[in-house]
Amino acid sequence: MPKAAFPNKILPYLLLAPQVLVTLVFFYWPASQALYQSVLKEDAFGLKTEFVGLSNFSAILSNPNYLSSLQTTLIFSVSTALLAMAPALLLATAAEKVVRGKGFYRTLMIWPYAVAPAVAGLLWLFMFNPTMGTFAYMLRAYGVAWDPLLKGDQAMLLVVVAAAWKQISYNFLFFVAALQSIPRSLVEAAAIDGAGSTKRFWTIVFPLIAPTSFFLLVVNTVYAFFDTFGIIDAVTAGGPARATETLVYKVYIDGFVNLDLGGSAAQSVILMAIVIALTAIQFRYVERKVHYA
Amino acid sequence: MAAIELSEVRKVYAGGVEAVKGVSLTIPDGAFCVLVGPSGCGKSTLLRMVAGLESISGGTVRIGGRVVNDLEPASRDIAMVFQNYALYPHMTVRQNLEYGLKNRRTPKEEIARRVEEAARILEIGQYLDRRPGQLSGGQRQRVAMGRAIVREPAAFLFDEPLSNLDAKLRVTMRAEIRRLQRRLKTTSLYVTHDQLEAMTLADQLVVLNAGRIEQAGSPMAIYEKPASLFVATFIGSPAMNLVPLDGPGASPLATLAGPGKAKQTLGIRPEHMRLLEGGAGVRADEIVLDLSVSGVEVVGAESYVTGRLANSGPEIAVRVPGYSHLEPGASVKAAAPLGAFHRFDAESGRRLELA
Amino acid sequence: MIERDRGGRIFAHLLLILGVLIVAFPIYYTFIASTQTIQTILRPPLPLTPGGEFAENYGQALFGGVGRIGGVDVGTLLFNTSVMALGIALGKIAISLLSAFAIVFFRFPFRMFFFWMIFVTLMLPVEVRILPTYKVMVDLGLIDTYAGLILPLVASATATLLFRQFFMTIPPELVEAARIDGAGPMKFFRDILIPLSRTNIAALFVILFIYGWTQYLWPLLVTNDNRMNTIVIALKKMVSFADADTPWNLVMVTAILAIVPPVLVVVLMQRWFVRGLVESEK
Repeated sequence: MPKAAFPNKILPYLLLAPQVLVTLVFFYWPASQALYQSVLKEDAFGLKTEFVGLSNFSAILSNPNYLSSLQTTLIFSVSTALLAMAPALLLATAAEKVVRGKGFYRTLMIWPYAVAPAVAGLLWLFMFNPTMGTFAYMLRAYGVAWDPLLKGDQAMLLVVVAAAWKQISYNFLFFVAALQSIPRSLVEAAAIDGAGSTKRFWTIVFPLIAPTSFFLLVVNTVYAFFDTFGIIDAVTAGGPARATETLVYKVYIDGFVNLDLGGSAAQSVILMAIVIALTAIQFRYVERKVHYA
Repeated sequence: MAAIELSEVRKVYAGGVEAVKGVSLTIPDGAFCVLVGPSGCGKSTLLRMVAGLESISGGTVRIGGRVVNDLEPASRDIAMVFQNYALYPHMTVRQNLEYGLKNRRTPKEEIARRVEEAARILEIGQYLDRRPGQLSGGQRQRVAMGRAIVREPAAFLFDEPLSNLDAKLRVTMRAEIRRLQRRLKTTSLYVTHDQLEAMTLADQLVVLNAGRIEQAGSPMAIYEKPASLFVATFIGSPAMNLVPLDGPGASPLATLAGPGKAKQTLGIRPEHMRLLEGGAGVRADEIVLDLSVSGVEVVGAESYVTGRLANSGPEIAVRVPGYSHLEPGASVKAAAPLGAFHRFDAESGRRLELA
Repeated sequence: MIERDRGGRIFAHLLLILGVLIVAFPIYYTFIASTQTIQTILRPPLPLTPGGEFAENYGQALFGGVGRIGGVDVGTLLFNTSVMALGIALGKIAISLLSAFAIVFFRFPFRMFFFWMIFVTLMLPVEVRILPTYKVMVDLGLIDTYAGLILPLVASATATLLFRQFFMTIPPELVEAARIDGAGPMKFFRDILIPLSRTNIAALFVILFIYGWTQYLWPLLVTNDNRMNTIVIALKKMVSFADADTPWNLVMVTAILAIVPPVLVVVLMQRWFVRGLVESEK
């Protein structure tokens, strides 16, 4: 039997109109512009444009700066995802163990979720900048040559830590939910079979939360790709010497600072392809997750 | 108060499936009409077309003499009770009852009066400020009926309202619905797949099969003179025994055939037969059937003995008062009065009357 | 737990306390700094307890105006950010409720076409189409307006998908009962659908409010006028390590004020937020 419906003919279109309008103007129009721009080249004065086919793409993909930015993005994303997930899993496991104070710990643990990425970056910069950061001061007192504003690897470390810190809350909540959904009887059966608590974790619990872990891996990677623009801009502005210039940051720099419209548009198109691929992976996986549940 | 008249009502779905194939039916003012049939026979679709929840593909529906084909459900002056109650979960019982009246801009005092009255009739006064989630299934069912009553509509429509209740509650609620309808004298159309519910509730019983009316009439008229093989087996439990006259074991019954040359099937209800046990004699107006017992079902006050006719023929059930001690495999004779047999055309399934 | 493992539990508590310290410390550090004089801040290490400049620093930042960002006071920034966050949250919820309502409770030509059209936007965050979107904003004259801050971020599929999913769990008989009770579609929407969606709306509100409050790239692009900045953007503009006259005490106050409102929303509406988050991502 078909789902109950109202018989109105015009009303549904009116109801859809706001979202469709906003989507067309701010989504489809710009996205199609990006596609269109990506096959054009503008001269230095913006007076002439010519159709150049895929040459913007080939220029980008053979540009060493772009490739190093791609590498930077990968290093940044993978490090951030791992650093954001491992402590979250550890803390979630601990939270599952305690009997009292679960709610209390959760309340204190979810703060960073509400902190803007740019602000998160600044907080860590306050603590670790060479001018006045207490921790920078302490590191130097121990003889570490600490200066993230000049040293690329240290800059990378700082943005990774700031980005991961902000994401721990999110991962923590998901791991707690996943751990809670494991049937107690399974763990008990393993205990009866003589598995100790460490063994139980790796042979029973970990495989059962693997779907959640994989889901979080994708989400964290997407987060590191796109939502960390604020952290990069606030902490390093892509520097020093491009050491922290991620793909999204480069789209911004090339488009708004270097005014290379075609190149920036082509980069946008490549990014869109990456997001679509990541989303597709996520959706395929969500189906599988239903199986596990 | 109003009669409901259906004439040549059809429903064809977008995919071309014809769910209702031309139904004509008049439910007199104040009558309790029950639509019964197996699932997929089109009974719910028919009800929903009367309610205005399904569009009508052909024919006309009149309520109180007015053609309602193109009217919104709210303008048809009907109220409906759903199988899953469909109470608004976020509203209290009182708000549930009031909602339809408020939408019709009924005056406040009038709303209060009707809610009071419905609550009194249904004895749900003490639940008025609770939410549906805090009520039991039976209480929710009462509230759903209350929502229909307060509207004081021209007709009540019931869509399998008792299916979600447990067996015991179903019997109680059945009696209550009947009493309520007698008291309010509101024309009612009631859909069920349960033939027992249909028999006990209906003034007018309509048996539907594959989108068509098989038979309509009073429950006893249908029970006593089923118009087709389908009705004969659908109404009555256990079902009427059938013996195809050209089948195995049917030769002693050949003389009972009705007029005409068509192949025939005879039918006889289990309660019209008796077992010849302990030297009971055969009367002149009876015919004797040889059965080999295949099973015994003891219900309590009575038992049903099933046996195969002449070893290889159809299974025949016989009602036996009390407890039957027969074992499977035993041979037994059953007597059946000649006048209790029904005759059907084996091809068309239609009833044949003796000339 | 299976064993009455006291040692393990104590270890778990210690671990959690350590976790909370790490998670909360950057915020605490900044709060301490926001109560110090600029001289104390510039002479590390920073004390571990609050200083005496709380009233002075916060008063000046909130109402006095900060020179580096064009003399705009933080109060204005908070107002702008609130407008943006509320506008995005409420706007998104409103248009998503309406479109999900249309898609689930009506049958009309091109229904699935519209559904997919909205669904596809799920895949493209604003970051990947910044330049062309910026051009659209310029063409529409939306630079330095609240509409410019809000509208482009209101177009997203997540909320629509979430409401659609929830609406599909509503029994169809409820719609039918309402129709028989004389409720038209909009009455059903207002009297039945919205009240039933309360929890989902609350959860989504928290998530979208945070989303709006923490935006960075977009407000950076569409605001040139300092008076239209959000607090996050202004904070970034205030900070300069090259410059000797960065008002660090006010920077710290601004950072704390940028953090407190969204944290309050998350903590106070925790119950809905957690449920909404875990559900919306499923």
